[in-house]
Amino acid sequence: MMINESLLLLRYEGIIVFMIFVLFVLNLTDFDKKPSRFLNVVNAMLFINFIAGFLPMPEGSAFQGFFRSSGIIALEKNVLNLGILLISLSGYNWVAKSRKAVEYYILLLSSLLGLFVMLSSGHILVLYLGLELSSLPMAALAALNTNSQKSSEAGVKYILSSAFSTGVTLFGISLLYGAVGDLSFQSISQHLQPNALSLMACIFMLSGFAFKVSVVPFHFWTADVYEGAPTSVSNFYAVISKGAGIFVLMTVLYSLFKNITEIWLYTISILAALSMTIGNLFALRQNNFKRFLAFSSIAQVGFVLVGITSASKVGIDSVIYFVIIYLLSNVVLFSVIEAISDKTGKEKISDLKGLYKTNPLFSIVMTIALFSLAGVPPTAGFFGKFFLLTSGMGAGSYILIGITAINLVLSLYNYLRIVKAFFIDKEEAEMPLVKGNWQTSLVLLACGCGILVLTFAGGLYHFIDTLNF
Amino acid sequence: MNSDIYILLILLLPLLSFLFIGLSGRKLSTGMAVSVGCLTLITTLIFSIAVAFDYFFVKGSVGGVYAPQIVARFEWLRFSPGMSIDLGLIVDPISVMMLLVITCISTMVNIFSIGYMKGEERLKSYYAYLSLFTFSMLGLVLSINIFQMYIFWELVGISSFLLIGFFFNKPSAIAAAKKAFIVTRFADFGFLIGILILGTGAKTFDFLTLIDRLTHPGVALDSLTGSGFLGMSCLTWALILVFMGGAGKSAMFPLHIWLPDAMEGPTPVSALIHAATMVVAGVFLVARLFPIYSISAPEVLQGIAYIGSFTALFSALIACAQTDIKKVLAYSTISQIGFMMFALGVAGWGEGHDEGFTASMFHLFTHAFFKALLFLCAGSVIHAVHSNEMKDMGGLRKSMPITHITFLLACLAIAGIPPFSGFFSKEAILSAAAHGNPPVFYVGLFTSALTSFYMFRLYFSIFWSKPVDAHAHNHEKGQWAMNIPLILLAIGAVLAGLIPFGKYVSATGKAIELPIHVMFSVLPVCLGLGGILVAAFMYKKQNEIPQKVTKLLGNFYEAAYKKFFIDEIYLFLTHKVIFNLIGRPAAWFDRNVVDGMIQRTGSTSVNTSNAIKNLQSGKLQGYTMYFLGGVIVLVVLILIKFL
Repeated sequence: MMINESLLLLRYEGIIVFMIFVLFVLNLTDFDKKPSRFLNVVNAMLFINFIAGFLPMPEGSAFQGFFRSSGIIALEKNVLNLGILLISLSGYNWVAKSRKAVEYYILLLSSLLGLFVMLSSGHILVLYLGLELSSLPMAALAALNTNSQKSSEAGVKYILSSAFSTGVTLFGISLLYGAVGDLSFQSISQHLQPNALSLMACIFMLSGFAFKVSVVPFHFWTADVYEGAPTSVSNFYAVISKGAGIFVLMTVLYSLFKNITEIWLYTISILAALSMTIGNLFALRQNNFKRFLAFSSIAQVGFVLVGITSASKVGIDSVIYFVIIYLLSNVVLFSVIEAISDKTGKEKISDLKGLYKTNPLFSIVMTIALFSLAGVPPTAGFFGKFFLLTSGMGAGSYILIGITAINLVLSLYNYLRIVKAFFIDKEEAEMPLVKGNWQTSLVLLACGCGILVLTFAGGLYHFIDTLNF
Repeated sequence: MNSDIYILLILLLPLLSFLFIGLSGRKLSTGMAVSVGCLTLITTLIFSIAVAFDYFFVKGSVGGVYAPQIVARFEWLRFSPGMSIDLGLIVDPISVMMLLVITCISTMVNIFSIGYMKGEERLKSYYAYLSLFTFSMLGLVLSINIFQMYIFWELVGISSFLLIGFFFNKPSAIAAAKKAFIVTRFADFGFLIGILILGTGAKTFDFLTLIDRLTHPGVALDSLTGSGFLGMSCLTWALILVFMGGAGKSAMFPLHIWLPDAMEGPTPVSALIHAATMVVAGVFLVARLFPIYSISAPEVLQGIAYIGSFTALFSALIACAQTDIKKVLAYSTISQIGFMMFALGVAGWGEGHDEGFTASMFHLFTHAFFKALLFLCAGSVIHAVHSNEMKDMGGLRKSMPITHITFLLACLAIAGIPPFSGFFSKEAILSAAAHGNPPVFYVGLFTSALTSFYMFRLYFSIFWSKPVDAHAHNHEKGQWAMNIPLILLAIGAVLAGLIPFGKYVSATGKAIELPIHVMFSVLPVCLGLGGILVAAFMYKKQNEIPQKVTKLLGNFYEAAYKKFFIDEIYLFLTHKVIFNLIGRPAAWFDRNVVDGMIQRTGSTSVNTSNAIKNLQSGKLQGYTMYFLGGVIVLVVLILIKFL
């Protein structure tokens, strides 16, 4: 393969690395002393990065199969690029005030780079490198708010849990090496036999990724970290890290462990049922909105796992489709709560009572997002859930589908509780009119429209279906 | 103009009116909004009549058979090669009939609301919601595929939620709206899963293809009947689940609990949604899939017959003991829908067996008129008396003559007294039941006697009972907006039965006879008259008899008054069982174990760094323990299962 062609395959990663260099330079030249100017430049870069993602991209592999790219992988990276742009825009106020803009963005982009590497990996070594590269900056991000005890606590909590989970993953990887004798995806997927060693390898590796996407019982860090970390960072955890984690988990299961599909199907079904049920039940009584979102995201991952159980192309399509909608909905919720808590310091659900009276726009957009998460038609979330269920149905496990249906009702109750607080409950203390900056408004507008438009755009699903895995 | 364009306009006009009123904001005056709402609906009504005329008399019938026609169709979601979801509109006898019912009742309700809701602050949103509801209901009946129908089904649910909770500063209204939404949503999940099973099995969501594939032997039918779960085939499960969705919307036992509470909404809304249109969606759904039910899963259909007849009897009994006039009407509605359901249930496929299908649709048609009329009359009465309770009424026949006469006509119709419309449709249902399933027939017979009793109990309590107040002024003067719909609907309630319904609507599309046998009719009519006489005896003048009867019936009366404690059972199940056994421990665990640990350790710490260290080590040990425990349990599970 020609050297420039393999560089082209690394285009996404290249742009990110370039942006990190630019950030260094801007820091050295004191360009970042004026936050608004600096942030506008960064957001413009992220926007260009997002647009550039849509340029045609060759498929193939480089470095003896260590690195690969395909239509689906490119799409996944585009989704993450969109997410990072939206998060950056909605975090404008907080970053401007924090005086750590450069650190924030360098960490954010490094972590994103790690996620990209994971997505494109064709060898376990690369996968592991990506995993570490994405986790370490995330811990630093969580602790970014150094004068808040909770934030530091979140950072420490994440790094220690993550270290433990990495240990477990590494143990799995070593077992896998013992079972197969090679770590490239191709030879593992060919030579893996269903014996005790490979089963254990599969479970240990799986639990490492399950930690990353916070599947029950590997979820314990989630609520604490979401609550403690700055809201923008929580948003990153909930949307980008989790989305990429789901993509990687799917790749690993579908390509690496395809010889023992029956076994991971069983495991994933158990985890899916657990995550949905526990996530929804715990979300029931949360009063802190960010904690609520943490448990809601745990439940949503459970639904995603139901879609993954189909073990077919339909599964891939429906999971990616769902993640896109999940991303839009969650960005809305985090952005609004960020705008509100930025202004008033309130982030409890009980504080949001009667929000409609003072902030009608926020409450309407949030209602759309909540309905989308609950899967109420005519929002896009309904189709997301519908596709997941259909693909789960393909696996033929009716008990799991039954549990999913019950959880759909439970989650509906959860989300309606919030909507009820906006419109119906009597407010305890008047919430002042929060006027977000134009960046936040843009994010809300884009996501809200996205949620509604995707309902009627069946083409997206069809488009995903045409891409190569 | 082509009638296809009319159909598109029928669907789109209410949507446009909703968008116009809903988005116009403050600039639009209330009067303007009201006239837009009403005029749009009058236009759609005219179009519907034109479409019905065109379909039934001009071009619908091909060789004596009314075949479905597809109007407008385009691919919407391409799910996988060979399986796509299309959007489109279907015109066939039942959808055209539903078009007439929906637009007609909707128009009447819109006009009635001008008078009833006068002075209401949020009148504009009210009219916007009404338009949204009409749009979704029309979309529901015109859907060409089951998935499209589901979307409109949910939209209907949402607009009904908005309308029930319209008086949102009334806590009971909000509670009722929530209850309706959650109960029907619960049923809808069954419906959705049923759709999924049908769709994945038959590889289509299209009604016509679905019916075709699942009624003729082939790959699709084999794949659905071949595999099973808990002793029943997948097809049976799917159809039961679909019926569950229908039962939720149509308030069949035990999912009926939301309908009586939904009476918290404005009364015209009850007339539109909870009497004539939305609640019959379940009946419509079963009718739409009737060939599949009757050919491939007659056992499910039989189940529907029993559920329908039980619901009819059960809610008629409750209706006899209620004192809130809207609650009586609500239970009466549930009971009448039970009639429609069991009429479908006793029907079968093929010549001579499908009388029940036509009878059910016929009753749906006539019921829409007289029940909407009853609700609107009740609205008039409530408007005049400012109370829902029977004891606050009585002797109103002089002060509300138009309401009195129209209410009487509607009562005669629902009691099945010839020659009013209810007589013909109920007669057809009873005769179908007598042929198809005798036990159900006897239940139906007894229930129709009860029906005439509780309806006339209502009639006498409102308009007679107390002596007429000679000085009472006429409440109806100047209320033209409320009186005209009453009169128009009364005409419908009286005459709708004379339509030769079997000629137009039947399961196969071929005309069938709905004969009236004089000998057969004697018994039901006599029972109906008997019910009226008993009611007159007990309630025409205030006397001691009702109390005596109440005492005689003792606990049974009490149970019926309390609606047989169904609500209490649900409360027990949800609050005591689900919340206490699952929700509360989960919340407790989160509050005390997870949160408590942070707080306790956090509050005792002095040195921040030390605190973080101690806190983290303490807590993380727990976290990692769970993590490791989870991994080990999984490994053990997998090893046991697969090795």
